[in-house]
This record gives sequence, C-alpha cells and structure tokens, in this order.
Amino acid sequence: MSGKHYLPLTDEDRHKMLATIGADTVEDLFSDIPDAVRLKGELNLPPAMSELEMLRHLDALAAKNKHFLNCVSFMGAGIYDHFIPSVIKHVTSRSEFYTSYTPYQPEVSQGVLQSIFEYQTMICQLTGMDVSNASMYDGGTAVTEGAVMGCGATRRSRVLVSQSVSPYYRAVIKNYFHSRGLTLDEIPLKDGCTDRGKLEEMLDDDVATVVMQQPNFFGMVENMSGIADLVHSHKALLLVSADPISLALLQTPAEYGADIVVGEGQCLGVPASFGGPVLGIMAAREKFVRQMPGRIVGETVDSEGNRGFVLTLQTREQHIRREKAASNICSNEALVALAASVYLATMGPQGMREVAEQCLQKANYAKEKITSLNGYSLAFPGINFKEFAVTVPGDPAVLNRKLLEKNILGGVELGPLYPGFKNTMLFAFTEKRTREEIDTLVGELEGWK
Amino acid sequence: MRKSKALLFEMSRSGRQGYSLPSCDVPVKPLEQIVPHSLQRSSDLDLPELSEVEVIRHYTELSTRNFGVDTGFYPLGSCTMKYNPKVNEEAAMLPGFAYMHPCQPEETAQGALELLYNMEQDLIELTGMDRFTLQPAAGAHGELTGLMLIQAYHRSRGDNKRNKVLIPLSAHGTNPATVSMAGYEVVQIPCDDRGLVDLEALKAVVDETTSALMLTNPSTLGLFEEEIVAIAKAIHEAGGLLYYDGANMNAIMGYTRPGDMGFDVVHLNIHKTFATPHGGGGPGGGPVGVKERLIPFLPVPLVEKNDNQFSFNYDLPDSIGKIHSFYGNFGVVIKAYTYLKMMGAQGLKQASGDAVLNANYLMNLLKKTYYLPYDRYCKHEFVLSARPEKKKGAGAGDIAKALLDRGFHPPTVYFPLIVEEALMIEPTETESKETLDAFAKTMEDIAKDIDRDAEKVAHGPYNTVVGRLDEVRAARNPILRWTKK
Amino acid sequence: MDYKTIDGLKYTKKHEWVRLEGNAAVIGLCDYAQDKLGEIVFVELPDVGAEVLAGKSAAVIESVKAVADLYSPLSGTVTEINEELLDQPELINSDPYGEAWVYKMEISDESEMANLMDKAEYEKFIVEEEEK
Repeated sequence: MSGKHYLPLTDEDRHKMLATIGADTVEDLFSDIPDAVRLKGELNLPPAMSELEMLRHLDALAAKNKHFLNCVSFMGAGIYDHFIPSVIKHVTSRSEFYTSYTPYQPEVSQGVLQSIFEYQTMICQLTGMDVSNASMYDGGTAVTEGAVMGCGATRRSRVLVSQSVSPYYRAVIKNYFHSRGLTLDEIPLKDGCTDRGKLEEMLDDDVATVVMQQPNFFGMVENMSGIADLVHSHKALLLVSADPISLALLQTPAEYGADIVVGEGQCLGVPASFGGPVLGIMAAREKFVRQMPGRIVGETVDSEGNRGFVLTLQTREQHIRREKAASNICSNEALVALAASVYLATMGPQGMREVAEQCLQKANYAKEKITSLNGYSLAFPGINFKEFAVTVPGDPAVLNRKLLEKNILGGVELGPLYPGFKNTMLFAFTEKRTREEIDTLVGELEGWK
Repeated sequence: MRKSKALLFEMSRSGRQGYSLPSCDVPVKPLEQIVPHSLQRSSDLDLPELSEVEVIRHYTELSTRNFGVDTGFYPLGSCTMKYNPKVNEEAAMLPGFAYMHPCQPEETAQGALELLYNMEQDLIELTGMDRFTLQPAAGAHGELTGLMLIQAYHRSRGDNKRNKVLIPLSAHGTNPATVSMAGYEVVQIPCDDRGLVDLEALKAVVDETTSALMLTNPSTLGLFEEEIVAIAKAIHEAGGLLYYDGANMNAIMGYTRPGDMGFDVVHLNIHKTFATPHGGGGPGGGPVGVKERLIPFLPVPLVEKNDNQFSFNYDLPDSIGKIHSFYGNFGVVIKAYTYLKMMGAQGLKQASGDAVLNANYLMNLLKKTYYLPYDRYCKHEFVLSARPEKKKGAGAGDIAKALLDRGFHPPTVYFPLIVEEALMIEPTETESKETLDAFAKTMEDIAKDIDRDAEKVAHGPYNTVVGRLDEVRAARNPILRWTKK
Repeated sequence: MDYKTIDGLKYTKKHEWVRLEGNAAVIGLCDYAQDKLGEIVFVELPDVGAEVLAGKSAAVIESVKAVADLYSPLSGTVTEINEELLDQPELINSDPYGEAWVYKMEISDESEMANLMDKAEYEKFIVEEEEK
C-alpha cells in the first residue's frame, strides 16, 4: 500500500484498537457521514509513486526550469539573486526548528522564541524602528497590512500609495482595500519617483497612511527629506517599504521619520523559490505596537528568575480578539525569518555593508556601460541602488529570449506593469554578479539590433 | 540544569566575521559620487559580529531547546502535527525549483508550471471542487481569499446587501478575524447539545443579508456535521454561499468531499493535511478551491495547459486580483505535491482512516480518566474538559505543563472556547499504538498526581530548560528587542 | 459568595459598577469580572470629553489571554480618566472598587439608572451566573 512508510499502524494494531473502541471496522467510525455525501468508490488520482520514482519525476520537472544556478540572473523587482551562505540551510534543516509548531508552549519552544526575539532585534537595528513582529507572508502583504495598521492607529480609512511602490504590492493592497471598503489613491510618478507636489495636493486630514518604497520599484533612491514632516502635519503616518540590504548603507527609515517600515526579506539569505516562501518584514515605532498585526515575542523570566521568551501582546491576535483582531494572520513565515536571522548574524555589520556597497558599485558600473550603448537610455535620471530601468531598442520579450540563448535571465519587463513604459526593462545587480558577467550582458545588448 | 542561553548580541566581539565574499571586481567609485552623504545611513548598524562556528553552535544549542514532531508526540488539536516526510524537503531544495525567479519567462518555468497544474488537478479531485488557486500563503490567507471571492460573486450579481457571514461558536479565531478583514459582520451560530451546529438557530438568522456560512467539517470538536445537507440547503435557498475551512480535512480524505457536501469555496491547509512542516509558525499554504460559478473571480494568474505547454493566464476580467506578490508559497506546494503523489488515493484514504482510528482509540483510553463532554465517535480529534481537575487545583494549562515534563507536547488547551478547560487532542495517523498507549498512561499518571498534590502540578514544569514563564510580566512591561546595556 | 460587592454602588449585568455623585458617576469594573479575567496587563481608556453610550464599549481591559470591553453603564460625557491604570493596570485586580476606578462621567440621561442593579440584586445575579 502506498504511503505505508508514514503509517505505523499494523493490521493487528487496528484490530486491537477497534476492539477497545467497540467498533467492528474503521468504516464504522465514519458512520456519521450521511450516505448522500459519501464518496462512492475511490478517489481518481494517478497511481502512487515510490520515493525513487517521485525523485525521478521531480528531477524531470526541475530540469525543465531555468534558474540562478544554470543562468546568470539580472532579474530583480523585489526578488533577488543574492549570495546565500551555506550555514543557513544547515540551521533551517535542524528538524527541531522546522518540524515545530507556533511556540505556544514556551518552556519547550525557547529555541524558536529566542531566534524570533533576535530576529526582531536585528530588524529593529536595520530599520531603526523600535519594534518588529515575527513576520508576514511577503512584501506585498506586509505593505498591505501596514497600510491597514495605519488606518487602525489613526482611525481613518484613506491611504495614499505612490506609484513608485512595487506594482506587485499595489495589486495586493488594492484587492484588500476593495474588499474591506477602505479608500486607496495612487500618487503619480514624476521622473520615476513620487511626485511630491501631487502628494502635497492629495494629502488632507482624512489620510491615514502614506505608502512609499525606498529604493523604489525602479531601484531609485527617493529624496525623503521633509516627507515625514509633511505627512505628520496632517496627523497621518508614513509607511516605507525598504530593501533590507540597502539599509546597511542608506539612511534608515527612522532617520527620515517613517512610522512603519515593511519590506521583502527574501534578499536576506532566502532562496527565491519562484516567489515564495519569502519573508514579509514589519517594524514600527513603539507607540503603534498594539495596532501591529502578527506574532510578537517578548522577554520575561521563569519561576527561578532565568531569562526566557514568550509570545506576548497576544490580545491583538485572532485567537483571542477574534473579529476585533488587528489582522487574521495566524501562520506566518517563521522558518524564513529564522533563515534571515542566520544570514544577518553571519554577515554582521561589515558583511551587510560589503554586500550593499557591491550591489551599489556593480549596478552603477552596469548603468554607465548600458546607457552609453547606442539605442539604450536610462528611463529616469537619479540615484540607483541595485537596479535601474532602461529603455531598450525593441521588444524586451524578444531581447530576453536572445539573452536566454546565452543562459542569461535578462531584465523584468515594465510594459505589462506600467502601461506607459513600452520597451523599458528593469535590470538588477547583486554582489554575486561579476564584472565578466556584466560585461557579457553589455556585449549581448550591444549586439542586439 | 536550568540556564538561559546567551543572545547573539551578547556573544558578539568586535572584529569577528562569519562571512566570506569575493572582492568587488568592477571599478569602484567613491561612495559620495553615487549617493550623497545626506542619503547615507548615519547610525551604526549594530548587528552582532560572530565567526561561523559561533553562529552554528548558537543555533544548534537553540535547536536543542525546542520541541518538534521529530522530537516526539505532538497531539496539538486543530493543527495536524503529522510527521513531515524528509523527501519533501529534498524536493523543495532542488535548484531547479528553489532558485527560480518569479518573473522569469514562462518558457523557462515549464516544470514549475506543470507541477502547479498537476497539484491543482489533484486538489480538485480530492475536494470535489472545479478549480483552485495556489496563491494563498496560509490558512487564514486562504479564508480571506475565499471571502473575497464570495463577495465578488455577490457584487457581480448586483446583490450588495449581503453584509453578514455566519460562523459557529466553535470556530477557529481566524474565521471571525477574516470576516472583519473582508469588511463583513460576524453572526455567531450556537451549537446544539450534540456539539453540532444548531440547525434551527441557523435557519432563524439566515436571510437576504447572509453572504456566507463558514464551516469546518468535522468541527473543532472533531465531530462530523451530520446535518450538512440541510445546512447547505438552508444557506443556498437564502442565496448565500458555503465556505469550507479545510483545517480538519485530514479526517475525511477519500471518505467524503467538501464539493459533494455542497460547499462553494474551500481552503486547505497544506501544512496540516499534506504533511508540510510548520516551521515554528510558518510558512504554510492555503490553496482555495471553488465551484464553477466562482471561477471567474479567482486571483490571477491561473495556470493553463494547452498542447502540453503550460502558461499563466492573467486574462480574467472579473478576477479579484492578487493576494500575494507572486504565486504564493511555491516551495511549500512542492512538498505537499510530493506527499500527495506518494500517498495516492489509497494512501490518503488510509491516512484519514488511521487518523480517525487513532483519535477514537485514544479518546476511549482517556475518557476513563478525564471528562469527555461529547461522547460519540469522533473524527480526527476530540476535546476533553479538565473542569473537574481545575476544581481540584490544576487545570488544562497545568496538565499541559505536566506533559512537557514527561516528554510529550501537550494538546491544544483552552480551545475551542465552548468547552471549559478544553484539552483538544489530535494524534494524527503517523503515530503508533505504542505512542498512544504511553501518552494515555502518562495522562492517567498526571490525573493521579493532581489527586495527590494539585498544587505541585499547578507549578510545573520541572524538567524543562526553563521553568514556567511569567507571561504577565512580559505583557505588562513588554521587552520586544535586545538593547545594549 | 466569593466575590466582593460594595454597599451604595449600582451594578450592571456586564459587571461594571457605578458610584452616583449627583449628575456625575464614577465607573469601574467589579471584583467578579477582574477575577474571571485574571491578572490585568493593559487598559485602554476613553478620551476625556468623549461621548459614551449606555451598553456600548467605553474602555478595554486586557489580561494575558483575554480581552474584555468595559461597557458604559450610562450615557454621557467622560470628564476624567484614571491615568494611574495605564502604568498600573494591576490595580484593577487589587482594588477594583477603590483605586481602580476607570473613568468619571457626566450623565446625560438619568432614566437609564433604572436599568442598574443594587448590591442585593447584583449578588443574586452573580450566584445565578455561577450556577450556569
């Protein structure tokens, strides 16, 4: 029988157990299922596979995919090919971590709890915020829940989101807001950044949260000076979606006055996995902690005075506050947050700084090279961190197909995401890209058309 | 020997490093020339400085301070803590899956799309629904997606007055929380004395403002809603839809299907039913299936198959849009897919059969010692009440701590709310009879201990790496991060 | 009778107490309610000047694993709040009828007082609650 290696009961066990219960057959235990809804016959599923057959099948599927190990990737748009140190996999493969449930029994969950406490601390250190939660599903849902959190904190229901925020994230916000009956208005772009004049016009005393991204979706470092004061003058909150890698080098959101910081943590030692599981980061100033969604770990002491950790402020959460909870989130991305913690602990302040500087230098090297090519031009002037938008001489899909012949995963096409941006692509450069790889890309671009 | 474990930050020594990176091989410009000083970080980045050895020892020690399914029996009701097969982990780590970018062209992702497509087909058959989205990243995320679909369906028909969602009193907290997130009002439905949805009470509140009923079947009490056909009829006749919370799907695989029971929308918890690990709280996965009339509203993109080519379909004008930045927790879906394919139809049915057999067996052993409020065949789980023990001086929470001392993870305590001092026990199919016998024996010992010295039991645990933790202190004076002294 | 009650106070079925002082009232949480909630860790108070309605939530009282609304026994305007509770929510456990008053209000509809119970009625009500 298939799956038997996961099912320890023997037929003899089953007989004895049924006798204890006082039932004749296992079927009897299902006698409460009305006949009208019973499945007649067997599920029509393909024949079960053994482990060996399954691995062959999976290998065959995986072999049909291109990926970062058989291609050189210049794709970004929120998910990046950063280097992942070997230690991470070894820690997250400890089955005491990965086979555990949410740490509701703290005395046997100190491992997970302490690792989350350390994670929260490191997210605060990166962002400059006072408190962090234990994780959200991904960048998009973190931005969305952050915007909703701002509505809770201000008791207002209108949110402004810049069009320079990832369109993938904005699609999620739009959907949540539409369903819940909250109002969402988009701040237009000016030269690839948030149009500050328009922001000023749109801001009024009904606005709960202003949502921005730094560096923005086009990889540009927005000028945040004065934005927080402007937002706060209307008693609204400033939410920033930040690239955690960039925070080793760029001004922290705390430094320019943000109230809530969210982000996609995949860049912190997490495989891209076709977009999931990844990591939603959420941090905020202390005074908003009770509006924050998700689990939070706090320090305390045990009966003998030893330091220990517990889930705390749980009255915000669904299992206690039910329909009045800050969010419905229950399962989060704890194991991914563990990976990010191990990454941050491994890289330390110097490693993080080095990664950030290499991204910056490599992207800017490529930016100069590519934009000096005939037919290629920078979509927007400004400061770029690890990616930039380029207008190319033709259809980006065709270009990407050509690059694939050289095992290059090219840029992300912007046309489908921003209808006005025909023939524009977003190229990303992490510390993993070598000069040779960048020069090869440049050569291929030059030779196209 | 009890002791606390140093934090990463307390182990840090200036000048240590745990990483190794190649040097920058492009011409380096002065930073100032790229990013003006005013836009650079001015505060120190205070991360710990550790060598690789220290990082590994730190986390290895932390792991020894943690209980997982691989450590021992984990009968946490409503969580389905079954064994997590190791091949699933191997599958998700294959480079051809783990290192894919979500924006890469479809022709370079045919294997991934094929897997998503196959998975959808298997889920359709297993549940009796017509189509699935694999985008939701967790059960609660699936619930929200499901309610959004129901909302979009009603709105598309100009039926805008349906502002209420009905949920039984025994429901998991995510249900009412999700209802609020979707902008709906919660209407609670009481249980009857059998622990089932009170059909008359339900009929009394169903009307033209009812958007949906959210139901777990079997319920959080582990009892099958025998009146499901009448319940579905009452909701459908009033124009409402039926939502199936798949938290308890592990009880019924191959025996009955939500689609056949009359449900219009269903979410599954692949981290429960399909054996993907819980990861200390996540990641999970919450695929959502729908009947034909709700397909137009599913999130984009759907995966389509034409002439053995697979593609993403974004052309769904009535779609609710997106609920995750990309395609959900693909890496978790791979694990669930591996599980499903290796179990097959017979294996899945056997899993549910054994899960229900294990639960009924354990229930019969335990009801000799503990109070069982609903004494009938259960499905995959059952709920005891420690109210009598509480009166003696040690309640459900104390029994839980006593189990920790004896090497077991406790059941879910104080839930569902409709049973006082609840102990909610779900053994799953991956436990042997010997384990169940040992657990039952231990529960009997604890009951004796309570009779002998309840006070002592109320102050446990005694053998864990830390003693009972002061949650009141943690909540009154929250310390949510380490700070330099 | 394990729960403390006080002469001269009025009570609600949601276990709030009221001390009437002319057209003003002091509101707090009863001993029974604090005992059921367990150790109080956080209190959310209304704003001074806020309008409160009889039977509607005016404050929120939290223990580690439970949240309770404090429903205003009467309608009117909040005139003073007990800010001590923000720093020492545990006062509600130790002295629910004294130091742990929650807010003071000006009553707008005196007829609502008829809905309140006196000590004897409330004690009878608690006994019935316990027997459920």
